[in-house]
Amino acid sequence: MEAVKKQIRIATRNCGFIDPENINEYIATRGYEALADAVTNKTPADVVNEIKKAGLRGRGGGGFPTGVKWEVASKYQADQKYVVCNADEGDPGAFMDRAVLEGDPHSVVEAMAICGYAIGATKGTVYIRAEYPLAIKRLQKAIDDARNLGVLGDNIFGSSHSFDIELKYGAGAFVCGEETALIHSMEGERGEPTTKPPFPAESGYWGKPTAINNVETFANIVPIMLKGADWFSSIGTEKSKGTKVFALAGKIKNVGLIEVPMGITLNEVIFEIGGGILGGKKFKAVQTGGPSGGALTYKDLDTPIDYDNLIAKGSMMGSGGMIVMDEDDCMVSVAKFFLDFTMDETCGKCTPCRVGSKRLYEMLEKITQGKGTNEDIARLKQLSVTVKDTALCGLGQTMPNPILSTMRVFEDEYKAHIEDHKCPAGVCSALLQYTIVPEKCVGCTACARVCPVNCISGKVKEVHTIDQKTCIKCGACLEKCKFDAITKQ
Amino acid sequence: MEKIKSLADLTNLRKQLQEKAVQNTNTIVNVSLGTCSIASGGQTALDVMKAAVAKNGLGSVEFTQSGCMCYCFAEPTVEVKIPGKEPVVFGYVDAAKAEAIVEKYIKNGELLEGVIPVNYQRA
Repeated sequence: MEAVKKQIRIATRNCGFIDPENINEYIATRGYEALADAVTNKTPADVVNEIKKAGLRGRGGGGFPTGVKWEVASKYQADQKYVVCNADEGDPGAFMDRAVLEGDPHSVVEAMAICGYAIGATKGTVYIRAEYPLAIKRLQKAIDDARNLGVLGDNIFGSSHSFDIELKYGAGAFVCGEETALIHSMEGERGEPTTKPPFPAESGYWGKPTAINNVETFANIVPIMLKGADWFSSIGTEKSKGTKVFALAGKIKNVGLIEVPMGITLNEVIFEIGGGILGGKKFKAVQTGGPSGGALTYKDLDTPIDYDNLIAKGSMMGSGGMIVMDEDDCMVSVAKFFLDFTMDETCGKCTPCRVGSKRLYEMLEKITQGKGTNEDIARLKQLSVTVKDTALCGLGQTMPNPILSTMRVFEDEYKAHIEDHKCPAGVCSALLQYTIVPEKCVGCTACARVCPVNCISGKVKEVHTIDQKTCIKCGACLEKCKFDAITKQ
Repeated sequence: MEKIKSLADLTNLRKQLQEKAVQNTNTIVNVSLGTCSIASGGQTALDVMKAAVAKNGLGSVEFTQSGCMCYCFAEPTVEVKIPGKEPVVFGYVDAAKAEAIVEKYIKNGELLEGVIPVNYQRA
């Protein structure tokens, strides 16, 4: 591994260093100092301006400027305002929010209290997935400890600002990460999105002005307040400041969480920090932004990673999942996997998403079975664009991204499935054929003995054959053969 | 717990805590115990090390827990801070390795395989 320090830990600065269940360890790392300083020496407008100047953008994937969001929420007059933390991390292969909540819950608690001071809210709610029991336990303990110490509750640090936090549990619906759906879910309604405007900053939780930010966004607040906006904005690119936590997963050596400055290239992430591809295989693509994102390929290795560049490439930052794929991954199957996910997770409120996801999935399924036609390619593209333009919320609007981006770069793979009835990566089982190479077969009968459908015949010490009609393409024979006599094509 | 009522109270508490940490001459063994670390056997590593420390009668060893250390590929991970030395993070700590960390590194300062180099700066 490289000893070059390409990573800068801001959001994950305390993860793995302090005991998350001990408030004293957090205080020893200057914990709650930013909150104390804000309510003692700064006006709410000062706090908003500091965050605005820092250029922090939403780390949940949207990339909306956090300071602007707070400013809007602070301008509306209301008898009650709310701060909401979105901890409903649902992207397949993303786990940075959980790591922050389990490793450094106080940084989120403190940041929410600072946000409350900035916008004039006295109540905060964390919407957290019920599937994260340990994160819930540690966050609840952090809130209780903070309350007992007096850094949460009435008149914090002797000021006129009061703030308290409660938890609300999400029931595992992906769409509830969308802020309007999240608010409905918190109010006890169905988790379904509504059209914006009005934005939550104007009319959110119970119809009151609400600032909703993602866990990682909140985790950046305290360092900005302690070290200043200028320090923060010196990291990153012109329009994307600071760092981003990525969850490296898939066919990469060093699977794990990394926090890197915006503008780092894919090459540095995969080959220098990630240690390259497992088993020395060839790198093919990275899916960023989960089911809403797209595939970046070998052509994009030198592109600086930031919000705008990813959107220009037909992907998006998303919450920061990075799923690395090698030559053994079939891109049509990858697109199908993500469509399967969004098809399950669509809330069904709007037709383009509810019906469109099903139709897109069916077409992909047809192609992976070798029954696709060239019309399907045209239809996939057309329907993808329609769904993008007409769906109600971000889930539907971004759902076709995996299809569009894989089609743009790997159209040859789609064509191979349709025209040659072949899956170049050898993944789609309907298009595979296992055959025995007569020159190599010694007639040991090992393959015939493991075949679950008894489709391999041949006498001992004679060449065996596979009956293609009965073969179910399970690959058991290939694994068993010691003589490399079986090929998969 | 004494309630904190002002910025000055907080600053005093922080200074006290930091002083206490500086004066601490114990070896601190910090085990990563997030959901993922526990799933890969972090709790076992902790139990084995505690038993090994007791068996060797090493009185000046403290155990703490932390969240994710971000090295999924090397879980379970354990950080050992021997006073006067740079902290070392060991990866792939199964039961045998946990035993070896106590027997070799904590007792005699012999380094083992599987040390994860520091590849970040902390803000």
